Amino acid sequence: MTYTSPIPVTDAVVYNGSGLELVDLTMAYGDIDVIRGVSMKVEPGTTTCVIGPSGSGKSTMLRGINRLHEPKSGDVLLAGESALKVKPDILRRRIGLVFQHFNLFPDHTALENVALALRTVKGLGKQQSLDVAADRLAEVGLADRAHHRPRDLSGGQQQRVAIARALAMEPEVMLFDEVTSALDPELVKGVLNLMASLGQRGMTMVVVTHEMNFARRVADQVVFMDAGKVVEAGRPEDLFDKPQSPRLRLFLSEVL
Amino acid sequence: MDWFDNIVKTFFDVEAMIVVLPQLLGTGLVNTLIISIAATIIGVVLGMIIAVMGISTSRWLRIPARIYTDIFRGLPAILTILLIGQGFARFSQTVFGPSPYPLGILALSLIASAYIGEIFRAGIQSVDRGQLEACRALGMSYGKAMRLVVVPQGIRRVLPALVNQFIAIVKDSSLVYFLGLLVSERELFRVGQDAAVLTGNLSPLVMAGLFYLIITIPLTHLVNYFDNRFRTGRRKATPPKSGLDEVEEIQPQSPVALTYGSNT
Repeated sequence: MTYTSPIPVTDAVVYNGSGLELVDLTMAYGDIDVIRGVSMKVEPGTTTCVIGPSGSGKSTMLRGINRLHEPKSGDVLLAGESALKVKPDILRRRIGLVFQHFNLFPDHTALENVALALRTVKGLGKQQSLDVAADRLAEVGLADRAHHRPRDLSGGQQQRVAIARALAMEPEVMLFDEVTSALDPELVKGVLNLMASLGQRGMTMVVVTHEMNFARRVADQVVFMDAGKVVEAGRPEDLFDKPQSPRLRLFLSEVL
Repeated sequence: MDWFDNIVKTFFDVEAMIVVLPQLLGTGLVNTLIISIAATIIGVVLGMIIAVMGISTSRWLRIPARIYTDIFRGLPAILTILLIGQGFARFSQTVFGPSPYPLGILALSLIASAYIGEIFRAGIQSVDRGQLEACRALGMSYGKAMRLVVVPQGIRRVLPALVNQFIAIVKDSSLVYFLGLLVSERELFRVGQDAAVLTGNLSPLVMAGLFYLIITIPLTHLVNYFDNRFRTGRRKATPPKSGLDEVEEIQPQSPVALTYGSNT
C-alpha cells in the first residue's frame, strides 16, 4: 500500500519541525508508575511510530510530552530545551495533539473549531483567525465543509478537522493518539495519507498507532512499548522483519 | 343536592373570585413574578459560582461549596426564610428600609442557588472530558477552556432542569408571606388568603391557585418540549449515502506517491 498525499506536495505548505527527545521519562497515576524510564530521540522532521499492546502506556506517554499529564521524573527536550521549564500553556502551543475521538467542539462549525484557539490563544483578530482556519481546512481537503458542524461530518472528516485545528497553531511537533482507531475502515486511509504528507513536508511526528502498514511504510523509526517501557526501537524494517525480543515477536504475530 | 351547592359556594364562588381578581392581577401576580424572577437570577449567578467551586481541584473551594449546598438543600425552605428574614431584619432595615421583601428574595435565592449549583455541576461534569483536554492541548488555560467550551455545553444540557427549578421557585415564593409583607408587596398566595379570610370563603384562594397553574403548566410543557428536542435532535432522516464518496473527496488531484521507508 502506498500513501499518497491529498494535495500536491510540491506547492503545499512546508513545515519546519523541531527535534524531540525523551530522557528517562517516568509518569505515574497516583502510586502506580505507568511510564517507567522511557527514552527516545525523534530527529527534526522525522516520523516515529509507537506501537504496542493496549495498556502499555503509549497514550500516557504522549500526554507527558505536552504535559497534559505531568511527568514524575526525567525530562522532555523540545528543540533541545527542557519542556518542563516552559509554562504548560506555552509548551502546548508548540506541540499539537490529535485524539482518537477527535474531541471537536460540537456546537462550533469546522471553521470555528479551527479558528477558536487562533483567536483566544494566539490572539489573532477575528477575520485573520477565520482566514488562517480556512487555509488549514483547505490543506486537509475540507474547504467545502467549513460551515458544517461535527455531527454533520463523517469520522474521517472530523479527524481531518482536528488535524487542521492542531496544525493551525503552527506546532513544531505533532502527536497522534490512535487517530484512526475510531474510524470506519474505508475512511482510515484518507487520514493516514494526510499524516504521511505532513511527514513528507517536514513535520516532526510521534504517531501512536495500530496501523502496522503505516508504521512500516511511513515511519523513520518504530518504537515498541510494553508495560510502560521501550522494549525495542529502530528502523521499521528491522523491527518488523527481524524482531529481537520475544514480546515484540508475540505482539507482531498477533497483529499482523 | 345540598353538598354540591356547598362545594360550589366554598371553592367556586364566582362573585368572590371576581372581587379579588384585580388585586390578584395588579398586586399578587406582579409580586410573585418579581420575587421568583429576582430569586432565579441571583440563584443562577450564585449557583454558577458554587458549581465552579464544587468541581475545582482545590479542596479549599470544593469543601465550602459542598457545605453550602448541603445546608441550603437540607433545610426546609420555610425555616431558611424565617431565619434570614427575621435574623437579618435589622441589618436589612438600614440598607433597604423596613420591608422584609428583599430578605425574602435573598432567602429564596440562597435556597435556589444550592439546587441550581448542583444542576450546573452535574451539567458541566457530564461534558466529555475530551473537550477540556482538547482545549488544554491547544494551549488554552483552564479558565478559558471552561468559560468558552465546557460550561456553555453543560448549561445547554441542563436547561430543562433549570426551568423545573424556576417552577419550584414560583411555588416557594408563596412562603415569603411568613415575613409579613406590606399590602402593596403581597404575592398571589397572600392576596388570595387575605380575601379568603375576609369573606370566609375559599374561592379567592382557588383563584390564586389558578394563577400559579397559569404560570407553571406552560413551563412544564416547555420542559418536555426542550427535553424531546435535545434528546432526538433536529436531525431529519437522510437518504442512504456511501462512505466511499468521501474517499474520492480526498483523492489527490495530481497524485504524488510518497516514498518512505524501503518497502514502498
